[in-house]
Amino acid sequence: MLTTALILVPLAGALVVWLLPWSRFAAGSIALLVSLVEVGLWITALAGFDFGESGLQDSARASWFSDLEVSYHVGLYGFSLWLVGLTVVAMAAAIGYGLWAERERARTYFGLMLFLTGAVVGVFTAQDLLLFYAFFEGMLIPLYALIGVWGGRGRQAATIKFVIYTVAGSLLMLVSIIVFGLSQGTFDLVDSGTSDSPWLFLGFAVAFAIKAPLFPLHGWLPDAYRESPPEVAAVLSGVVSKAAVYGLLRIAIAKFPEPADDFRLTILVLAAVGLVYGSFLAFRAPDVRGVIAYSSLAQMGLITLGLFAGNSSGLNGAVLQSVVHGLVSTTLFLLAGGIERRASTGELASLGGLAKGRPLLATMLMTVGVIALAVPGSAAFAGEFLILAGVFDQGWVWAVIGAVAIVLAAMYVLRLISAVLHEREGSAVPSEALDLRPAELGLLVPLVACLLALSAWPAAVTDRAFSDGDVRTLQAVQRGEEDGSAFLAALRDGDGWAEYAPIEEDAP
Amino acid sequence: MSETPSVDWFALSPILALLAAAGIALLGAVLVPAGWRKPLAALATASGYATAFVFSALVYVRSEDASFVVADSFARDRFAALAALIVCGAGLLAVGVSWSERLGHGEREHVGEYYALLAAAGAGMVFFVGASNLMVLFLGLEWFSICLYVLTAIAAERVGSLEAGLKYLIVGSFGSAVLLFGCALVYGATGELGFGAIAEATSTQGLLDDPLLLAGLAMLITGLGFKASAAPFHMWTPDVYEGAPTPVTAFMSAATKTVALVVTLRVLVTAFPELDEFWTIALAAIACISLAVGNLAALVQRDVKRMLAYSSVSHAGFMLIPIAAGNELGGRALLYYLIPYSAMSLGAFAVVAARERELRAPVTLDNLAGFGWERPVLGAAMWVFMLGFAGLPLTGGFVGKFYAFSAAYEAGWTWLVIVGVAATAVSLYYYLGVVRALYMRSGAELQPVVVGGSPPPERLLQGAVLACLVVTVGSFFAVQPLIELARDAAESLPF
Repeated sequence: MLTTALILVPLAGALVVWLLPWSRFAAGSIALLVSLVEVGLWITALAGFDFGESGLQDSARASWFSDLEVSYHVGLYGFSLWLVGLTVVAMAAAIGYGLWAERERARTYFGLMLFLTGAVVGVFTAQDLLLFYAFFEGMLIPLYALIGVWGGRGRQAATIKFVIYTVAGSLLMLVSIIVFGLSQGTFDLVDSGTSDSPWLFLGFAVAFAIKAPLFPLHGWLPDAYRESPPEVAAVLSGVVSKAAVYGLLRIAIAKFPEPADDFRLTILVLAAVGLVYGSFLAFRAPDVRGVIAYSSLAQMGLITLGLFAGNSSGLNGAVLQSVVHGLVSTTLFLLAGGIERRASTGELASLGGLAKGRPLLATMLMTVGVIALAVPGSAAFAGEFLILAGVFDQGWVWAVIGAVAIVLAAMYVLRLISAVLHEREGSAVPSEALDLRPAELGLLVPLVACLLALSAWPAAVTDRAFSDGDVRTLQAVQRGEEDGSAFLAALRDGDGWAEYAPIEEDAP
Repeated sequence: MSETPSVDWFALSPILALLAAAGIALLGAVLVPAGWRKPLAALATASGYATAFVFSALVYVRSEDASFVVADSFARDRFAALAALIVCGAGLLAVGVSWSERLGHGEREHVGEYYALLAAAGAGMVFFVGASNLMVLFLGLEWFSICLYVLTAIAAERVGSLEAGLKYLIVGSFGSAVLLFGCALVYGATGELGFGAIAEATSTQGLLDDPLLLAGLAMLITGLGFKASAAPFHMWTPDVYEGAPTPVTAFMSAATKTVALVVTLRVLVTAFPELDEFWTIALAAIACISLAVGNLAALVQRDVKRMLAYSSVSHAGFMLIPIAAGNELGGRALLYYLIPYSAMSLGAFAVVAARERELRAPVTLDNLAGFGWERPVLGAAMWVFMLGFAGLPLTGGFVGKFYAFSAAYEAGWTWLVIVGVAATAVSLYYYLGVVRALYMRSGAELQPVVVGGSPPPERLLQGAVLACLVVTVGSFFAVQPLIELARDAAESLPF
């Protein structure tokens, strides 16, 4: 029920905003209220969630069309709960930013933002392949409009690129879904077994690699992140990219153990290349958004390293890093939006000296920047450490590449901070440009507070992303020791993954 | 008292209702004062379609077992009844779209004839989908085709209308002639007219390799391909869709396509089940050509009606995929897909009609700029229709494509699925082009409103568009009941 409510409340909110004649402020306030209700719902789900118990929780199921065994089936695992949490928090901040920035055509805009919230939550909770696909494509519709209508000057080209990349990927996935579902006799993710077809695996993996994006499928990224309104770019890089993480974890790895193992080396290489290449691009990017955009590419590479490390610390690190990067990226894009409003440009060459007389802005950017560059003690450090420790299993070279990338991260983040805050006062910076306003602080402080909380207690996520049974099963499936049928049978009988006969855990 | 043969009038009731409506509309054109003609004719046609819809629904409910009437020439089964339901729904909405259409001035505005022909075309289509022998097949085809030829040309003052009508007449007659020739060859080879009898004769007389029969089948497929506007038999489609009055285009694109595809499926499955190796390949090839031609040509169109015409060609390809699958799932997929497809197609042309009346000029992607903001309801509806054509979620087009591809996969045509998917990816570009024109143009690109401001919104047209919207979106959520309708209908055919 709770999961269904998490999906339906924003969708219903979207309808209310669209259909009734609200004023701009009223439409935005309603949207913000709905997104806060959504946060409340998530907290309820979190409070009621039993992390000791493994398997699907808060699930709901109803037949959609029975002849092909397609159903509305949603529910939460530990890791999906955290990704949903990231979604609701980031979307609330983005909607708040939209309200503060007084977006034109408010009813359409806020309706689309709420619609997007519902679709993303749907992606993270869907337990039926066709339903997952519907939500996955459903995210595209509001994003297309949000970039295409409210975006910057080059928005038309950006949207076309974005849509064509994404749809090309997701149509490959559709073929895989049809073939997988019909050959399994069901489209349900919980009921279906595993497959060893490399083609089906590639269909899914490429779709998710485009969505993430992973090198070399990131061609749409710079345009889309630059031309979007800042809060949409925040959502795109912070939240929507995590749909790929979820898809890789829940479908590509869990349902295709053998192909995932066969392609492990390829994927690790691409992820590592993306990590280093993205870091260099971020270091060379001429504008604020470019730095954040390419750092997202790098971070998605890092998360993928963790996902394909094939052990529990890699997986836990990937989930933690997804949440942390989501929050960091959202905060940075919202800050970038604030900077662009003040200087009317994001070019680093014409920025500078913003710290002087603007202590709040400087503090905020410094805090997030320091977390982003994974200073020891920060949440990002915890995530990266776990990922590197995990991927060490696959060979020390991956850990070395990861460690090098962390140095590179320090380089691009510090360059960003000094180019914006320090150095000589930039030509585009008006001396009367204000410090962060209370409304902006109201949006940014909760995000930073979440980050600080995770820095203090990263185990909140890493100990609660997978139950022991989940991890053992995923590992067993990944090692090819197990086709997954036994634990699936256990799951159908309602016993949960923990009931499944334990397998020796890898030493981390 | 001489004995009269017993006729199952109930099975024919939808046709009779539409014929009666046509008669009333035509008489009204002669007998009532000029000012009353239009309301009378439109009302008669609308109620004719509504009555026929109800009768078709009753026939559907009461025809659990298929039976044949009038010397086995006409099938009374759920398959025909479901197709008739789609045709009648489309006809009813087409009346709403037609209401404000200017067909000409003064004496030259033939409203009575227009509505009479609209009803008569529907009657012909309902007759056509029930065809169970070659004679009725040809008769039904000609019946509704002739009505459509005239309807296309009826707005004689409209640029291109006469030309389109003439083109449709010539090319369409050519298609009909090919079909007739095919019928003759099949009859010559088997000595039978009834579909079931042809199938029986094929197997008992060992005609599987008979060149006459094969040639006849090929010509039948060609003739039906003309009506379904499948490539390479689609040459008339863009010109006719562009030149015809837009409500006629809306009706044609929904109803003609439905009946042509439904009858193709019926003929192939009932009359040529043993030749399936031949016709499945043929249809798969036609589907691929249609997808390629339709999509690539649509990419470069600026005129929205032409673009939608090519999209209609590519959809003929999409919907031939489940027919080519030749299995029961394919029949189900086709019948399901036709429901949202008809709604999307009719709705899209209705929105074009609305814009056309505002501008009094052909609608292009350029002068569509900003329409979405001016008319939120029509704009949002158009957006949904475009998403539906492209097979994105929240529309029945998504589920329809999913079913069509599933049917093809079950039949072992994985490559056809991949072709279909690639075509979908290409199609997204031009469908989103419409959305871009509606919503994403800058203020400088907006077209000045015509002198005297925009006309007030038309309630009937808006109602029709909203109905299409409800069907398009509703068919995404209510898959189960619709697919049960389609399954029961497809079960009337001997898969």
